[in-house]
Amino acid sequence: MKHKNILIGILLIALYLAVYAAIGTGLIAPYYQVNLYLMGINIIAAVSLNLIVGFTGQLALGHAGFMAVGAYVSAVLTLKLGQPFLPAILAGAVCAFVIGIIIGLPTLRLTGDYLAIATLGFGEIIRGLLVNIDYVGGAAGINGIPKLTNWTWLYLFTLLTVFSIKNFVNSTHGRACIAIRDNELAAETMGINTTYYKVLAFSIGAFFAGIAGALYAHYFFLIQPATFSFMKSFDALVMVVFGGLGSITGSIIAAMAVTFMNAALINFGSLRMIIYALLLVIIMVFRPQGLMGTKEFTLKHLFRVKEGGSS
Amino acid sequence: MLRVENIDVYYGAIHALKDFSLEVEEGEIVTLIGANGAGKSTSLKTISGLIRPKNGIITFNGHNITQTPAQEIVRMGLSQVPEGRRIFANLSVLENLEMGAYLRQDKRGIKQTLEKVFDRFPRLRERIHQQAGTLSGGEQQMLAIGRALMSQPKLLLLDEPSMGLAPILVKEIFSIIKEINEAGTTILLVEQNANMALSVAHRAYVLETGRIVSSGAAKELAESEQIKKAYLGG
Ligand SMILES: Nc1ncnc2c1ncn2[C@@H]1O[C@H](COP(=O)(O)OP(=O)(O)O)[C@@H](O)[C@H]1O
Ligand SMILES: [Mg+2]
Repeated sequence: MKHKNILIGILLIALYLAVYAAIGTGLIAPYYQVNLYLMGINIIAAVSLNLIVGFTGQLALGHAGFMAVGAYVSAVLTLKLGQPFLPAILAGAVCAFVIGIIIGLPTLRLTGDYLAIATLGFGEIIRGLLVNIDYVGGAAGINGIPKLTNWTWLYLFTLLTVFSIKNFVNSTHGRACIAIRDNELAAETMGINTTYYKVLAFSIGAFFAGIAGALYAHYFFLIQPATFSFMKSFDALVMVVFGGLGSITGSIIAAMAVTFMNAALINFGSLRMIIYALLLVIIMVFRPQGLMGTKEFTLKHLFRVKEGGSS
Repeated sequence: MLRVENIDVYYGAIHALKDFSLEVEEGEIVTLIGANGAGKSTSLKTISGLIRPKNGIITFNGHNITQTPAQEIVRMGLSQVPEGRRIFANLSVLENLEMGAYLRQDKRGIKQTLEKVFDRFPRLRERIHQQAGTLSGGEQQMLAIGRALMSQPKLLLLDEPSMGLAPILVKEIFSIIKEINEAGTTILLVEQNANMALSVAHRAYVLETGRIVSSGAAKELAESEQIKKAYLGG
């Protein structure tokens, strides 16, 4: 157990340094760096959404709305109010968290698909609001946001997200969430406060979506209401389903794969969406549980492959 | 121990329980039998505090629990095994059982109860780290009952424990229910399988479309011509 943790630690540091060096020496051309950053942001978005949809079983369709909150709040703080980056990111995340509670409390109390409808509405309302607030540039959005998201921040926050959610999921709280997903009535009969856990998972997911949004804003230095359309929420959902509902490593792999795919299909324009949809259908037919199902990818898998399939 | 007095329960316009009353004395096995859709699950959910009655009173050990939150009711010693797919499929056997002790803080006590549950269900001990969704139907039912026992209930509500099980397993489950009762837990058993239910219960109630239509000693009901015709296939 200890050895394993040390090994993972070393691998993670090595990955960080390797990419750091690759960027520094120009091995990763600036054009490709965009995809690297998108990959990190997508991992944060997918893993946090998986906590809500995959682990707790609550269909949420407005993840981009929480990314918008994190992006706008942090951008206003750094660009307009001259605050440092870290507090700006955290403020964006906390705002998303609070809005998560405000939306979650009334809707998650009810059983049924109220959350899906409410979050769908929320995503659109946020955009509508932003378009009408001149202070944040209306439809034109905020331009000239300082480019503060670098590899180190991205890597740190991606790790923070993955490990926070992993720890949460493996805690008693996480097991309560899984119990609710598996059988809400039975969870209630155990004395689990199901509304509390659903709202908790939902707002923690929103918190990390806020971080993803803040990192996004400070890398692309331009954010517009249209950036955070339903398609972005849908993208995150595709990653979660693709990777497996309830598998963190599945979400990570899927987020990387989808980022790759988007980059590869960028010249296909709207055809991209068709290919996307086709892929989804194919996955649903041949692997309805997603890449990983609810299982996690572990070092053991890796060694098993190296040992030629013996275990 | 449990007294339900004249409750009415609605789902919107559907009047699911009509002037429903029932009593369970300490130490008894009481069964509530009725056809599909009669309102059996609704009555258990209402007693557990998952649904609220429009009127009427529910008392448990002298406390009025009509408006008490579900968690509090569990804490007071009333635990329910819901019908259908009852277990947490993606958690292990052990994690399922730990969930049953969710409201308990006494680590040592939990361990003792866990041992007792494993003694009663040795098959669960053999599968302690197995994912619960991969257990057989009978094992899942045992797990669901074991999980409910983890909260050390004084009154155990069972919602159709025989549902979907092979006859031989039904027999096994019912003899376990009897054992649990003999070890000191009072039981309210909801069943469609009237034959089995009447054979283990002390007293019985018959529910028809939300209304109690007869009640009495289980043995007497099992002999009654009317009941035989309607529920016992004779
Ligand atoms: N959530 C619900 N919403 C609306 N009607 C319901 C709901 N649950 C049960 N009912 C209705 O209430 C009646 C009793 O259901 P139930 O208590 O599940 O019966 P049983 O457990 O005896 O089969 C049925 O007519 C059923 O259709
Ligand atoms: Mg029922």
